[in-house]
Amino acid sequence: MSGASLPRWVVAIAVVGGLFVVLPLAALALRVDWPRFVPLVTSESAQAALLLSLRTSLTAAFLCVVVGVPMALVLARTAFRGQRLVRSLVLLPLVLPPVVGGIALLYTFGRRGLLGSSLHALGVDIAFSTTAVVMSQAFVALPFLVLSLEGALRSAGTRYEAVGATLGAGRWTVLRRITLPLVLPSLVSGVVLSFARALGEFGATLTFAGSLQGTTRTLPLEVYLQRETDPDAAVALSLILVGVAIAVVGVAHRVRPLGVSAMPLIRPASERDPVR
Amino acid sequence: MGFTFTATLPERGFDVSFELAPGETLAVLGPNGAGKSTLLDLVAGLLAPAAGRAELDGTLLFDVGGGRRVLTEPRHRGVSLLAQEALLFPHLTVLENVAFGPRSRGQHRSAARSTARHWLERVGVDDLASRRPAQLSGGQAQRVAVARALAADPSLLLLDEPLAALDVSVAPALRTLLREVLAERSTILVTHDPLDAFLLADRVLILEGGRIVESGTTRDVLTRPVTGFGARLAGLNLVPGRRTTAGFRADNGLEVQLEHEAPVGARLALAVRPVSVEVSRTAETGSGWSWIGAEVDDIEHRGDLVRVHAGGVAADVAPATAVGLGIAPGVRIFLGVHPADATVYPVDEAGLRSPAGGR
Repeated sequence: MSGASLPRWVVAIAVVGGLFVVLPLAALALRVDWPRFVPLVTSESAQAALLLSLRTSLTAAFLCVVVGVPMALVLARTAFRGQRLVRSLVLLPLVLPPVVGGIALLYTFGRRGLLGSSLHALGVDIAFSTTAVVMSQAFVALPFLVLSLEGALRSAGTRYEAVGATLGAGRWTVLRRITLPLVLPSLVSGVVLSFARALGEFGATLTFAGSLQGTTRTLPLEVYLQRETDPDAAVALSLILVGVAIAVVGVAHRVRPLGVSAMPLIRPASERDPVR
Repeated sequence: MGFTFTATLPERGFDVSFELAPGETLAVLGPNGAGKSTLLDLVAGLLAPAAGRAELDGTLLFDVGGGRRVLTEPRHRGVSLLAQEALLFPHLTVLENVAFGPRSRGQHRSAARSTARHWLERVGVDDLASRRPAQLSGGQAQRVAVARALAADPSLLLLDEPLAALDVSVAPALRTLLREVLAERSTILVTHDPLDAFLLADRVLILEGGRIVESGTTRDVLTRPVTGFGARLAGLNLVPGRRTTAGFRADNGLEVQLEHEAPVGARLALAVRPVSVEVSRTAETGSGWSWIGAEVDDIEHRGDLVRVHAGGVAADVAPATAVGLGIAPGVRIFLGVHPADATVYPVDEAGLRSPAGGR
């Protein structure tokens, strides 16, 4: 084992750090009221929250792909003035407190917001609807997809695309048959990550969409609400979210770029395996 | 018909103009940074010139300058590029890789596949059709890349050091393959290996600092080089000088008696192989030999010979001779050239850029 080359105190601190992450999860698992687990997670309100969460998160992830792929392509394959600024702005939701994002969305699409007042005049009200949930989730999840895809596009480089063009392929053919297949693994992991981020969304959703059972009360909101009245239900539902999170991490890091062994140019080995 | 090319790109100091007859293979040689890759990128359409015009078989590739800015897209140029690395699409099988060009040019799937099979057979790797690029060796991958480039049926094929990344054990076989498939095809071959130029090219063009410093048929350039780089490629000593009444007098003092039709005072160059240069400790007199004294600058080991550099001339001698003569840096020796071993030819005043024979 290569740990032998490290000072022992470094290893010791690393172990403490690891426990800091794992221990709370174990505590959660220990706290679960196993005999009542199934009834707790299948109660009417829990089921409603679970289904709503799945529906909205999948929709949000789909939305992220639809707008995120073109965004990543523009950021990775074009050069324009202010591109760095645009990239920073696009990635802002990653570091912004979600509740701030929710307020921002409210003042954009809320009834008296920037666009919301015009939309209201047309008879469209977004705030405090399921649409608002999806928008909140997409807002915070989009940077995950754009970031992961843009990095992959940059490290894949344009050499294969240039070869494709000299072989007579048009731009759309190059995009469809070369560019996107080459970054497919990163696209998949970007989708999974943005889905997971959407699933865990709390602050923006609560601010922009509220907490109406069956309409806007997603799983994290349900957990927060149940914590007051039925802590056992909150714990059981939390465990479901932990399970989903573990599955997501597993998927996101199992996906490998195609033919990596023969193509060091696609991604340096050091970046390839951040988890193991 | 054929290919005409004129382009300048000031930010890279690039200013080149040449023509290529249909079916001709042109080798482009030159030191690193001479502009060889710039040339290929301009032709392929991966780079735009500041000014210039290129036409391939009547198709305009670019016409830039004087208010015009026509840049044909790479895919409409009929130009295929084969680089040092095979760059096979890693997510496609070998067959799909080769079928990519025909597919992109509008062939139906089945027709494209049979075109691909034909070319895979032509390059001798039809048994690998269903493999992924990751499962190929370097030589196999480059064969597939050749097939892919040719399957697109380019009017002009660009080869960028196609053998440089290959193992020495597989390069000769691929060179033979290229010799076969390039025979009737207009090709520009960028290489640093004179052997590629000998075996594959009809004409040679030498670039230095973004400009053509030498060009001509392969035979001419390799037997009558006019630049130091060309002489090194050809493995010749290049000794610049002038026609005198007695024959030829080199800038370094060497005088050779010979007949030449050039007028007295004309600029001439003398080319002689290092193995034909005699080395001695005394200026011997013998039938027709010309001698020049010089101090040894450097000695290097080359295979089964020792190369002695002195007075801007290189001489190859047997190791035993070198030891016997006590040759070491700083020692004064005499170098002898016999007119029968030398080629003397006219060059223009500006043609000679660097002194002869040096390293």
